[in-house]
Amino acid sequence: MKQDTAAELARNAGKRVFHFHGGLRLHHHKQASCKVAVQTLAIPPRLYIPLAQNAGPAAQPLVTPGSRVLKGQQLARFDEPSLGFVHAPTSGTVVAIARQPVTHQSGLEGLCVVLKPDGLDRWTQLDPIEHWRSVDAEVILQRLCESGLVGLGGAVFPTSKKVDEARKSGIHTLILNGAECEPYISCDEMLMREQPDKIVLGALILQRAVAAEQVIIAIEDQMGEVFSALQAALSRADCTDVRLVRVTTIYPDGGEKQLIQVLTGLEVPSGCRPPELGLLCHNVATAAAVAEAVTEGKPLLQRIVTVSGNGVKRPSNLLALIGTPISNLVDACGGYTEDAARLVLGGPMMGYALASDQNPVIKAANCILVLSQRDVQPGQAEMPCIRCGECARVCPALLLPQTLNWQIRNDLLDQATDSGLGECIECGCCDYVCPSHIPLVDWFRFGKSEHNLLSKARAQSERARDRFEAREARLEQLRQDRTRRMNEKKQALQDRPPSPDGAPGRGQP
Amino acid sequence: MISLALLSLCLFGAACGLGLGWATKKFRVEPTSLADRIDQLLPQTQCGQCSYTGCRPYAEAIATGQAEINQCPPGGASGIKALAGLLGREPMQLNPENGMEKPVAIAVIDEQVCIGCTLCIQACPVDAILGATKQMHTVIAAECTGCELCIPPCPVDCIVMKVPRPGWDAWRPPRPVMARVLPPQHPLPEHDAPAGDM
Repeated sequence: MKQDTAAELARNAGKRVFHFHGGLRLHHHKQASCKVAVQTLAIPPRLYIPLAQNAGPAAQPLVTPGSRVLKGQQLARFDEPSLGFVHAPTSGTVVAIARQPVTHQSGLEGLCVVLKPDGLDRWTQLDPIEHWRSVDAEVILQRLCESGLVGLGGAVFPTSKKVDEARKSGIHTLILNGAECEPYISCDEMLMREQPDKIVLGALILQRAVAAEQVIIAIEDQMGEVFSALQAALSRADCTDVRLVRVTTIYPDGGEKQLIQVLTGLEVPSGCRPPELGLLCHNVATAAAVAEAVTEGKPLLQRIVTVSGNGVKRPSNLLALIGTPISNLVDACGGYTEDAARLVLGGPMMGYALASDQNPVIKAANCILVLSQRDVQPGQAEMPCIRCGECARVCPALLLPQTLNWQIRNDLLDQATDSGLGECIECGCCDYVCPSHIPLVDWFRFGKSEHNLLSKARAQSERARDRFEAREARLEQLRQDRTRRMNEKKQALQDRPPSPDGAPGRGQP
Repeated sequence: MISLALLSLCLFGAACGLGLGWATKKFRVEPTSLADRIDQLLPQTQCGQCSYTGCRPYAEAIATGQAEINQCPPGGASGIKALAGLLGREPMQLNPENGMEKPVAIAVIDEQVCIGCTLCIQACPVDAILGATKQMHTVIAAECTGCELCIPPCPVDCIVMKVPRPGWDAWRPPRPVMARVLPPQHPLPEHDAPAGDM
């Protein structure tokens, strides 16, 4: 390979379609929820808006129980400036700021603003940036941050932070990720079908913000209607530097690094982010939210959620306000079937089970999957690893899951990390093909968090050692100083001639 | 002819020898002492429950064979296992004379009761208590190692050990016990043709 090939390949993104290692061809199960148009969910009687939607510390409330708020008003502010604000999804009265079960794998409670909507849905004063083509990129960034925009693909990374970091490394290609690879989930597909113009507008705004030369919208080859819808939107917008690319549907082609590999043939190196290659990847739903935030001044208050699975009567896509209890969404889809057995947030490969349907919709909630009794087979007993290597064959991150599994089980967390545990995207392919039914991804999640904990404990003990040594040194210095002073005083007393009356020379200058 | 071959071989050997000699000096790595490596594995609580004045003296005592590896309650069973692994010994039970293993707690001063005597400040091995004479004292939570050395000197018993409330930050996925349950998937027929240009 020539020296400049990597940069060249990155610049030619999307002109050829490549492959990534491994992956699976799964049945899509998307038809059920794609049959009907996206419905707007009625405003529920109560909204529970979590104050910590992103990983990290919770936001500081700006309202008190009893305050009346308007739609889009700021409810709380994050200490970290790039995270922006939490907004009121509709107008109403703040009933309480209390601990409520939040939508998180742990099932723990978190601080939520409980809002009682007044049903009027009155907007606060909006401030659209109409001439976004001529304003400074900083203004757009500031708006993204204030609007509480996060990546809607599932990682909920603050969009303004991502764009800001990307600008510093210089971006030539902006990629919009419309490859929604996980089975059942169809919210991005429906968005691309119904609001292609908004996505194209968002793409142009993001392109302006990072000064990218070209934009690629990547979709899967199974999304027939989406292609024509987006193509029509592109011709309406009359933009020549936006290209539409169809990629072969192989799970997990919607992963950021996998999609980049498919479009450029380049592997994003370990510990390196795509902007270092001049590429920036955003979800299509994020682009649509960017368009709303900039051209209409509307913060991120709602999202499309797929409600699907054999446990729900009428699978469909719903436009729901952030904070709506999940039970309202299921009711709008005709309710549970007789044999509904399990509630999962996210898709069947990467999602996690929820303890209750009272948990609110969060910005990361792309899919509510209700599994029926026949989907949830009784747990198959785990058997020993037979070293068949199937897991390594399907791993899109080119890891050796069987080795990682062995290392984590034997508490060799440092070795597991050296073997690339941190590169695991938890896609679940290894889990799916394992003939011994070993819950590999569960082990990897466990291993990652244990290693994280270990590193924290090590850093803490390192600090304690430094502080202890510093204190010992200080005490030693004090002891030496005291001895020296005493010796000096003794010396001074001995050197002084005795006074005439025989008393020691006390009180004399 | 043979002399030329011998001479060149000798010269080559001498050059290699000189190069190696220089490399040993230039790239010499100071060996880490056994006490250092033991100290790396100790939790640095500096609590003195091992009957030594701190983690470092205990590490030195282990290195010289004066102390057993089972005298550190904060390190607990996992700490003993790590030490046993380093020293090539069998893991053993924690010596109950030194104390029991318990969850990590941090000291909290009841600021209403504190009289500002500075005795706890003098006792803290890692300078994690802030305050001055007749001024309220407080514990820097992030620096507290949970050694409990501040509790006995307090004349008004205003210091308690508290286990931090588990929140989101403290939550971690449990150790997996059973195979995950996935919905049945029906694999599509394989398409072996590579994706073409779009």
